Formats: sequence, C-alpha cells, structure tokens
Amino acid sequence: MKFLGLSAKDTRFLLIVILLTLATPIILQPFPEGSGLATFNAGYPDLMQRFAIFGIFAIGFNILFGLTGYLSFGHAAFLGIGSYTVVWMYKLLDYNVIWGLPLAVVTSGLFALLIGYISLRRSGIYFSILTLAFAQMSYNLAYSVLTPITNGETGLQVYSNDPQVLISEGETSPHFFGIVMNESAKLNLGDWQFTFNNGYYFTAIIAIVVFYISLRIFRSPFGLMLRAIKTNQTRLNYTGINTRPYTLAAFVISGMYAGLAGGLMAAMDPLAGAERMQWTASGEVVLMTILGGAGTLMGPILGAGFIKYFENIFSKINDQVLHGWFEWMPDGLEDFIIGLSHFFVGKSWHLTLGLLFMLVVIFLPGGLVEGGTRIWHAIRRDRKPKGPDPEHHPEHIPHVAEKEEF
Amino acid sequence: MDAIILQILNGLDKGSAYALIALGLTLIFGTLGVVNFAHGALFMIGAFVAVSVQRLLSLSFEQIDSTKTDFLGNPLKVKVPYVESWFGPEVGATIIDWSVPLAIIVAIPVMLLVGFVMERGLIKHFYKRPHADQILVTFGLAIVLQELVKYFFGANPIQTPAPDAFTGSFDFGAMIGFDPNVIIYPYWRLVYFGFAAVVIGAVFAFLQFTTFGMVVRAGMADRETVGLLGINIDRRFTIMFGIAAAVAGIAGVMYAPILSPNYHMGMDFLVLSFVVVVVGGMGSLPGAVAAGFLLGILQSFASMNEVKSVIPGIDQVIIYLVAIIILLTRPRGLMGRAGVMEE
Repeated sequence: MKFLGLSAKDTRFLLIVILLTLATPIILQPFPEGSGLATFNAGYPDLMQRFAIFGIFAIGFNILFGLTGYLSFGHAAFLGIGSYTVVWMYKLLDYNVIWGLPLAVVTSGLFALLIGYISLRRSGIYFSILTLAFAQMSYNLAYSVLTPITNGETGLQVYSNDPQVLISEGETSPHFFGIVMNESAKLNLGDWQFTFNNGYYFTAIIAIVVFYISLRIFRSPFGLMLRAIKTNQTRLNYTGINTRPYTLAAFVISGMYAGLAGGLMAAMDPLAGAERMQWTASGEVVLMTILGGAGTLMGPILGAGFIKYFENIFSKINDQVLHGWFEWMPDGLEDFIIGLSHFFVGKSWHLTLGLLFMLVVIFLPGGLVEGGTRIWHAIRRDRKPKGPDPEHHPEHIPHVAEKEEF
Repeated sequence: MDAIILQILNGLDKGSAYALIALGLTLIFGTLGVVNFAHGALFMIGAFVAVSVQRLLSLSFEQIDSTKTDFLGNPLKVKVPYVESWFGPEVGATIIDWSVPLAIIVAIPVMLLVGFVMERGLIKHFYKRPHADQILVTFGLAIVLQELVKYFFGANPIQTPAPDAFTGSFDFGAMIGFDPNVIIYPYWRLVYFGFAAVVIGAVFAFLQFTTFGMVVRAGMADRETVGLLGINIDRRFTIMFGIAAAVAGIAGVMYAPILSPNYHMGMDFLVLSFVVVVVGGMGSLPGAVAAGFLLGILQSFASMNEVKSVIPGIDQVIIYLVAIIILLTRPRGLMGRAGVMEE
C-alpha cells in the first residue's frame, strides 16, 4: 500500500503514528479514577497538548540537529517569536488562530533566515555559541527594551482595550472557526474517565501533518544531502558542493517548526512570556531530541513525551500519595521509603530527570529509540551477527599508544 | 574619568569569576577534550563548602550564664559556639569571622576529591564519545548535584558574610587624587580580584615551570606522542581535572560573600563562562582569562547610565553582541588554535 508518495513501510509507520496520536486520550488513561495509580494517568488536556506541541518543536529541531549535526542552542528564540506573533494577532484581529499561526511560521522563518545566515558561517561549538548568543539577546531584549512589544516581565496578553477589529460577540478564548480550544468532551466508562479536548486534537492534527513533512524530508534527496553534511562536510566541499544553502534551509525549516510550536502554545493559552526564549528552553529541546534519539523519526517525539511526562507526573507525587501507596508496610519501613523517595519525586523530580539523562546517555547512546530496538531484537531473538566476518576483518590489535600501561 | 575607573573596578570582580571558571573549563577541554557542563555545579559546590564551613564553625551549645537573667529572673541560657569554648571567646570569634577564607583550606581537598571521583567514575568513559553525549551526561550530573544541594540547603540564597575586616568599602578615588567618595569600592571585591590573580598566576606558573606542567602541556599538544614516550598521560590529566575542579571550587568559596549562594548559581555562571571560553578560543588558557576580564569589564561599562541612554538595552546584550562580533571576525575566538572543535 502506498500513500502520498511514501513507501509501503513508511505508510504503515505513518498510519501507526496517526492511530496512536488520535487514541492518546485513551492510551494515556490506563488506570481507573480514584485508584492509587491514577497519579500516573496523563490523559488530561493540558499535558496532552504539551506532548503534541513539544513533539512538533523536537521534530523540527531534529531536522537541523539530527540530520546535519549542527547543534543549535538557541531554538527557543523562535518558540518565543511564534508565541508573541499569535498573541499580537489576538490583540489586533480576533481570537481565531487562523490569522496568527501561519504568520507565526512566517515571522519565525524570517528570523531563522537572519540568525541562520550569520550563525552558519561557523560550525561546531562556535555555531552553538552564536545561536545561544542570539537567543539570549532576544530573551534579554524582550525583558527590557522591547517591553512595548513584549510587555516585559508581565508577559504579553489580551486586554479589554485592545482593538480586536474582527471580534464577534461572546468570543473570549482562542478558537479555530468556532471550535473553542479549551472545550472538551468527557466520556465515562465505568471507573475510567476519558477527556477528548478540542485543543489537543487541533495540535495533534497539525503534529501529524508536520510529522508527515519531516518524514518526506528524511526520505528526500534534500534529506540525504543533509545527512551527507553530518557525515563529512569537508568531502562535500571538495566535490564542489556548496553546503551553506542546504544547512540554511534546514535551519529555517526547523526555525519554522519552532515558531509553529510557539504559536500553538499561545493558541492553547493566550499568553506569551519572555521566559520561553531563555536558554533553558533551548536546552530542553536539545535534551528531548538526544534522549529520544537524534536523527531518528520517532526519537524526538518520544523524548518530548518522556520529559513532559516526568515533569508533570513526578512533580505531582507528594507525601499523601506516597502514604497511600505504602500504607501496607510496617511503619518504620514506610517512613524510611517515603523519606528516601523525597529525593526523587515531588519538588525534587529534577534529580530523577538528571539521573535518567545520565543513565540513558551512558547505556543507550542512541537514545530511547535504540533501547526500543534492542528490546525488540531481544524478543525476536534475531540479534545482529557479532561483529564483521573474521576472515575479512581480522581482529583489531590495539595500537601501542592505545594501551593504558606499558 | 572617575566613572571609567569605577566601571573598570566593577568589572574586575565579575570578570575574575568568569576568568576562573573559564580557566577550569579550558583546562578540562584542552587536556581531556571533554566539554564539561557540570563545571558551573563545581563552582556552586565550592560556594556551599563556604556555607557549610561557616555553619560548622558556628555550631553551638547552650550554656547557662549565671551573671545574666532573663525577664522572668531565671538564669539566662546563651548559645556558645564550640570553637569559642575551645579556643577562648576572642580567638573563637575571629575563627568564625574568618570562616570564608578558612573554607578554602577545606575546599581544596574536597574539590580535588570531587574532581577525581567525577573523572574516574564518569568522564573517563566519555573521552571518545561525541561532544553532544558529553554535554548531555555532564548536564545531567549538574542537575543531580544541583538538586542534592537544594535538598540539603534549601532553595533560598544563604547569606555568607565576609570577615568584618573586609565588610566596608574603601575610597579608591581619594588614594589616586580624585575627590573623596567618587570612586568607592567594597574591600571584599578587591580581595576577590587579588585572589583570582594569584590563582590564575599559580595555575600558569604550575604549567610553565614544573616538570608536571611541562608534561601536561606536551600532552595537550600531542597526547599520543607523549604516551609513546612512556608517560602515563591519563593519570596526569586526571590530576589536572581535579585541579580544574579545585579552581572552580575556590572561586565559588570566595564568591559566596559577593553573591549569596543558591542552588542555581552554577547554571547562571555556566552559560556565560562558555561564551567566555569560546570567545577566548577553545583550548587557549590565556584566551580564556583575557576574554573573562574583557567581557566582565565590558558588561559593567555597558551598565553605565551614560551608555544606556545612548543605546537602550545595551547592558543586557553587550556580552552576546561582543561574542557574535568576535566569532564572526576571528573565527577561532581571540587566541584559539586551528582545528579545535570544528568538526
């Protein structure tokens, strides 16, 4: 079966992704309400929207970092620009997101063109620092001098005296031609409760579309060229290929993805703040991509979901929840375990996150996707043959200098 | 003129901190080829060593003072620090007062140990991995260290006063012939600058004039050849990692009175220190020091009202702006070597 120019395998892959995305409100709600494990349910609108939005952000980042190997540390700038654009459209026209989102993609694309044109003159860590510098400049300016545009520390929001020339009666929050983002339908099945939120489905459909685009980029000659840049840029230069237009195109595309993600953030919640542009936000998307598996299609989405899940679920576990879980234990042991878990959950969930980063990087250099592949192979028992053929590739004898002691 | 001198002085202490952290980062990068995102956390741990030493020295027990009574007429209980009861009130009080400088003595072995453990336990396995992996794993470590400190010391900044002798400000202007009270400068910041100069000088002297330093420099230039000559370069590089950690640590100890230590101070300094390292040129020690002071002083110049009124917002972006200009005009930073970190 072929579909939209994809191979049969990719079509199957895309269909699975579409199914999983659309069924997320059910999949992420595996535990009945009121049970002890209900804390682990993630099927509430706010979190699911974040999964989709940061998924888009990470997919876009992966087109730059995963394919070309250029590590940008300033992608959050485009996220912020996207948010500001959408909120300005709310202020000037009305709450329909149709005006803001395309414009957010365009403006962030323009900024990406400018920043990319300058930053891509350097490579390696110099490129990272240049992008970081641009993003930090945007962040600092948004906080201070650009206050008339960004509303400084308060953050940009819609006030009652804004023009809003197209506004109609009763419009109070973002919508898409009347489909209000923060409205949801609830379904009760026994003890289970599922929430189907308009905003989530809006972001999810956009996420599927942009995932499809990134799939096409990965399979295109353009994507191949980007991979060639990552593998050996010098050799490409010697063959007479100017790589700059390709890297710049990748940079602009990933900037547009980031702008779209930022715009969607403002579409879910009509606010925009400068903190979205801070380097920590740029760092977050780097972590998501590497954690999931840079250069793979699903990796960034998995990484984004993983980090957002931890951020929201682990930080929610407090003493009360812990007591609920461990009340069957003897008192002393219960207190000990709860005391121990203070290190890892609730306010200290960052510690768990930090440890997870370290474990993943140490043991799974290819990210979560590699972990999944390994498990899959272990189940299927069709492990890769151990090393190359010994006759044609004699065992590597360590060079003298590679030995530790001699 | 007086304003310019004042701004140079103001830039010195921040520049000193940048230079010290950047020096350690460059040492680690130049020797081991590892990008250490946990270096800011080492600076933060140093600051919290100062906090711990101050707390330990001020540990006290309750004693009944028979000469005084409280408002009910009972004998008054007063808290007496242990050091005061051991060494007598005067010496004890002086020891508590001088706890921040004393913390350096504690911090050096502690940070060396932390450095060794980090290098042998974690960094060792990352020599041949891509820089992205190194960044991620050390970033994870930084988060872990930061959260542990937050768990034990709380999330709020902890005041850590400098010795009484250095609390005031001195009138620098009057000394060099300006009107009094025009250029005043806190003593402790001057101490910090002097301290940074001594540490930087010591590191350079160590690398320049000792056999150990010579071997390390040779290893930085060509690790393989030094290994072929029968020298265990790995062990020396581990020691250099410990030294770099100790430099960051004592930089943190001495910075505690200037900025009350909080758990995220390391991250705040880390990003700027990376900008400093790159502006100075990856792998260049003099470059790191020069760029540290340059950016520190430029930052304080840009925060002058005269400058801000001409170019609004310049104080917020000057460091990044300068970094961009330098990287575009000098591809490898101020003093970088060719071929480092460009793959």
